[in-house]
Amino acid sequence: MRQEPLLQVKGLCVEFATRKGNVQVLNHLDLHLDPGEALGIVGESGCGKSMMALSIMRLIPAPPGNISAGQILLNNSDLLQLNEKQMQDVRGNEISMIFQEPMTSLNPVFSIGMQVSENIRRHQSATRAVAREKTIQMLKAVGIPVPELRIKQYPHELSGGMRQRVMIAMALSCQPSVLIADEPTTALDVTIQAQIFDLLKQIQQDMNTSIILITHDMSVIAEFADRVAVMYAGSKVEEGLVRDIIDNPHHPYTQGLIRCVPFLKKDPGTEREELNEIPGVVPDMRLIGSECSFAPRCRYVMDHCHEKKPPEVQIGKKHHAFCWYLEEGK
Amino acid sequence: MKTILPLLKRIAYSLMLLLAVIVLNFVLVHLAPGDAVTAMVGDMGGATPELIAELRVEYGLDQNLPTQLFKYIAKMVRGDLGISFTHNLPVIDLILEHLPATILLVMTAFFMAILIGTVLGIIAAQRPNSLFNHLITVISLSGYAAPVFWTGLMLLISFSYYFPIFPSFGMETVGFRGTFLEKTFDVLKHLVLPAVTLASIYVAVYSRLARASMLDVLGSDYIRTARSKGLSEKVVVYKHALKNALLPVVTMAGLQFAQLIAGAVVVETVFSWPGIGQLAFNSILRRDQPLLLGILFLSTIMVVVTNLITDFTYRILDPRIK
Repeated sequence: MRQEPLLQVKGLCVEFATRKGNVQVLNHLDLHLDPGEALGIVGESGCGKSMMALSIMRLIPAPPGNISAGQILLNNSDLLQLNEKQMQDVRGNEISMIFQEPMTSLNPVFSIGMQVSENIRRHQSATRAVAREKTIQMLKAVGIPVPELRIKQYPHELSGGMRQRVMIAMALSCQPSVLIADEPTTALDVTIQAQIFDLLKQIQQDMNTSIILITHDMSVIAEFADRVAVMYAGSKVEEGLVRDIIDNPHHPYTQGLIRCVPFLKKDPGTEREELNEIPGVVPDMRLIGSECSFAPRCRYVMDHCHEKKPPEVQIGKKHHAFCWYLEEGK
Repeated sequence: MKTILPLLKRIAYSLMLLLAVIVLNFVLVHLAPGDAVTAMVGDMGGATPELIAELRVEYGLDQNLPTQLFKYIAKMVRGDLGISFTHNLPVIDLILEHLPATILLVMTAFFMAILIGTVLGIIAAQRPNSLFNHLITVISLSGYAAPVFWTGLMLLISFSYYFPIFPSFGMETVGFRGTFLEKTFDVLKHLVLPAVTLASIYVAVYSRLARASMLDVLGSDYIRTARSKGLSEKVVVYKHALKNALLPVVTMAGLQFAQLIAGAVVVETVFSWPGIGQLAFNSILRRDQPLLLGILFLSTIMVVVTNLITDFTYRILDPRIK
């Protein structure tokens, strides 16, 4: 039996108006998220992964941003067809988001309790007292000690890890079906990072929330996600189950990304191993036309890579990639 | 206790500041050439050296400066600001007679400038490239650039001569009789032009400041968070952004208050507003040192108190300041 996906992104195109013309930051992106699943999105800075997240929330600053084509289906209804008022009912209620910078993502002049309960009172007809009770519950659930006291405190009185927990509590306070986490631990210490991921995992199981995790870190994906989509320059280049992608990456870019993950050895020896890198830089998004955007950095580049968009190549049941080299090798 | 202690500390600092200002004012005023006797003798058309010496003794101007200063402070501690040379009345009575008019004028202009400026700035920030935004910029900058007395005179000519809506001088209609309500309305009518004139300089400052600060805040991460909670644009702007954007406005308001009092001197002269500004102007001309010092002392108190209020407003707005 095939399950209906909870969230589907179909052919999403996002443009940004600049002085030198429109830049396409997302190029016919397709994604889907199943209920209870953790989907990882991985890619370099500027590949459009945050733009994808903001598009789903419909929070792209417009102008200059503009969703020019595509559909975003939540339970088969298109979010792009909703008016602003209807979309506000979705945000923080059915889809929530947590951001990269816990230090600046909370409003400095309002108390923690007010900021979390505000979300509850916005979407549920709860009295002040009920919302307060729920806030304390949520803060307890994300592992904040003595929440009764914490709700009166202000963001500057909390550490970065604690603030991110508050953000998670806020995002989950209305039991959303989808949680988008945009690099939730990038600004935190490694030890705190592990705690936050443990928390997200536990929440995913307890509340049956589906999570989209956006990161540039392949090791985080390996740790956390069920399925992963690799993005490059506004397009998806490969998608599959985490095991398949890590053990058997097909797209040259994915292969490069995985080679770049350094691992610790018990005995590094005297010889230091050189860190791997993918040569070249992310292309200028303005110049991307009808070629494979990875071609200039690809070690297997062929002539028609520069001429036509690469086709989808099915590798396994849930594993596919977009590449001319793979197409030829079939 | 947590809020009382810093308050007491601040008040102690303020008292020390006040003392320093008294000494400084005293020295500065006495550094100016001539004294009340010179001015008086000038009015009389000359006098014998004996009479001049006698007058100096009478007003206590024959003693050396440190003695005069010491005596002045000793009297001041007892709440005695001395006797005005020109009015032959206690300085404190003169000031109290003229102070309400100035406070009314300055406070009206102060809140008018902050309110209008901030509201215009916020509206402009929400549509940074609109025609409305540019219009606000032009109007408020013109008000800022024009000299106060010119703005005052232009308003006088427009709204008191060509369109006689408002009275041209004073604070009340001479010989006006009526109920309390009618009298209040009469004063308000007199207040409009001077207050608008005085506020016109500062509207620009606040509108530019509020606009810049609002634009800055609207681009911040926590505003994105507020939007991601599904809050309406109204709540995002007027609750989450405004409280943050007001911080620089409050700081500026505290700093500008002193300038507002200085501006009041000019405006009171243009509109014959019976406040301490006019009193100060005349006391300088007549070398009426006790009166001038009294007025300066009072303005200092007003500025110090405003700064105290600013400080504590800040504490209410921003929990990070403790």
